[in-house]
Amino acid sequence: MRTAAQPTATGLEAAQPVVVTQSPFKERAQAALCDRSLRQSFRGAMDFLTAKRAGVFDDPAEWQALSQLGEHIRQRALSKLPDLLEQLEHRCQQNGIHVHWAESTEQANQVVHGILAQHQATQVVKGKSMVSEEMALNHYLAERGVACLESDMGEYIVQLAGETPSHIIMPAIHKSKAQIAALFAEHLPGVPYTEDVDALIQIGRQVLRQKFLDAEVGISGVNFAVAETGTLCLVENEGNGRMCTTVPKVHIAVMGIEKVVEKLIDVAPLYSLLTRSATGQIVSTYLNLINGPRRPGELDGPQEVHLVLLDNGRSQAFADTQLRATLQCIRCGACMNHCPVYARIGGHAYGTVYPGPIGQIISPHLLGLQATPALPGASSLCGACGDVCPVKIPIPALLTRLRTEAARPANEQPHAMRGQGANANLRERQLWRWWRWLNTSPIAYRLLTWLLSRARHHLPKQLKPWTQVRTLPRPAPKTLHELMRQRTGRTS
Amino acid sequence: MSAKANILQALRQGLANAPGPLGDSDYQAAIAPYAFTHADAVTRVKQLLCAAHAEVIDSTHDTWPADLTRVLQQTGMPATLLAPQTDCTLALRAYWADRHDVPSLRLFDQAIDCWKADLFQIDAALTECEGAIAATGSLIIWPTPQAPRTLSLVPPLHIVLWQTRSVWNTLFEAMQQAEWASRLPTNALLVSGPSKTADIQQTLAYGAHGPKRLIVLAIDEPCP
Ligand code: SF4
Repeated sequence: MRTAAQPTATGLEAAQPVVVTQSPFKERAQAALCDRSLRQSFRGAMDFLTAKRAGVFDDPAEWQALSQLGEHIRQRALSKLPDLLEQLEHRCQQNGIHVHWAESTEQANQVVHGILAQHQATQVVKGKSMVSEEMALNHYLAERGVACLESDMGEYIVQLAGETPSHIIMPAIHKSKAQIAALFAEHLPGVPYTEDVDALIQIGRQVLRQKFLDAEVGISGVNFAVAETGTLCLVENEGNGRMCTTVPKVHIAVMGIEKVVEKLIDVAPLYSLLTRSATGQIVSTYLNLINGPRRPGELDGPQEVHLVLLDNGRSQAFADTQLRATLQCIRCGACMNHCPVYARIGGHAYGTVYPGPIGQIISPHLLGLQATPALPGASSLCGACGDVCPVKIPIPALLTRLRTEAARPANEQPHAMRGQGANANLRERQLWRWWRWLNTSPIAYRLLTWLLSRARHHLPKQLKPWTQVRTLPRPAPKTLHELMRQRTGRTS
Repeated sequence: MSAKANILQALRQGLANAPGPLGDSDYQAAIAPYAFTHADAVTRVKQLLCAAHAEVIDSTHDTWPADLTRVLQQTGMPATLLAPQTDCTLALRAYWADRHDVPSLRLFDQAIDCWKADLFQIDAALTECEGAIAATGSLIIWPTPQAPRTLSLVPPLHIVLWQTRSVWNTLFEAMQQAEWASRLPTNALLVSGPSKTADIQQTLAYGAHGPKRLIVLAIDEPCP
């Protein structure tokens, strides 16, 4: 169950956890579909983002070549992942970065809290990091008396509202500016209601600048980590990531173990694919390459840098040659922007930290299929996600595979996934067994099709829920086999 | 076993049946679409920077201190932060030495920890850059002990001196040709405009957390 920090009047000093209820996926989706303003927000945002992306990938040949290169870079990194992680650790340590490993989110939270405790830190600023969302880090720290303030504008808004991000790139995409104006006026002392976006951003800037100044520790995610040089790369537009990683005395970066690339030059094409796919920008305002803490003689930068490497189910995806492709992801969000399901139900309906197609293929590894049984099915398999993925992850094929894993009996070998058999259903299995027998036994098949064609007027007209949006086809008066036999003049 | 040992063991087991590591990538796709002449590359950088809401001022080696002073005068004489010992600081200080109509200057000459709160009050800062990238209109900022990294981050106005003879077609070429991998500073940066956000209903707003304004003094000199 996920939680979010509860804001206070001055902007979140004493965070209290509130629990976001986990109703089943279908109920949440239904509720989202009935929410007019939510649907408007998402429709508008998705149309905007898809149009922007199309504008910067206007040459199909260039797109093909570059995404092929992106795919190869990511697959090459995964093909050497354990070695590259060790190399990354070694190079980071040479650069003066402390490296920590965590198998679970619990371990990762303990590591982060341990570092904060060492420095007796009570105020922390955080740049956008989906891994820290995965860890529910804000909640963990709040319970231990540490206020962790989100500094990305979107994340700040979402935190102020006591919610969680609904998109991995644009966290507050579900909110209209009127809602944000009301939120600021309610929670920030002395702030009048205004829907002027520039004014709202300047209000956020003022509040957060003070926090950057006061915070003892800054936390960030990592977009790419370079094994060759021990470099942590952060991509952003706002500058809050730079603030979090530059101004406080201590910087802690958290990343999933799949984020490593082999060489520094690998970053260049991936960076181009990332910004163009995510927001349709040919480049982001900042690319921040961090190579360690302040060196002797330097006048600024953190005195200590830590890197936390988190597994949390990724090694399970890694173990299976097909599912491994899930880890190629560079978290651009293009798959959700182009998903007809995500565009209609929004990010919160999925009930997981990562929504949309990428969430549907990664969450079952992070949480187990038993906790995410509806996700593999929440897709029309239209293929849009796979088409726009800049590193060519075959998302529809992975969804089909996860459906299979969810339907296979829990004790069947091989056992590739935690929660295998979450959707296993004895009746369904029996039905399919019969189906197979009918279609592989000629006599039974002929008998059944003959019966169906003769009883065509007596068959039910409705087959719920299938016929809710479809008309049930009626069998022909004669079977195809009969017609063919008639044509060739043979009798059975 | 430690978390590290467990994770590495799981990953190595996962690779047990794999065909082995993949060979090197063909990077042609990262290079091919961006072949510019030097003049085109410079023009493109300026155009893209302007499109990203930066202000580009053409200048020369001899006149930039005067050009910069004029801009600062027009901007209401903001207190300006300089790196203590760089060539451009020396040139500007020499130019300002016997003038009265110039902004007050502050040198970044002590560790940030002693004066962090004051740093957040400063209006403008001047830095140099390593060069620019034509494909994306990005400036390469390469902080050094003499030119700290908060110079290009905290003050709301960031002014960059760019010698236009330093320009690469792509980030890929810059990294490869200038051998970044063997000489990276503590923190290398690409800056492609003033700080911005579109987090409120996709409406673009400038001056999120970093500089609100980015002024680039492009020092055009004949290409060697
Ligand atoms: S799966 Fe592909 S499209 Fe989706 S976020 Fe990851 S890289 Fe982007």
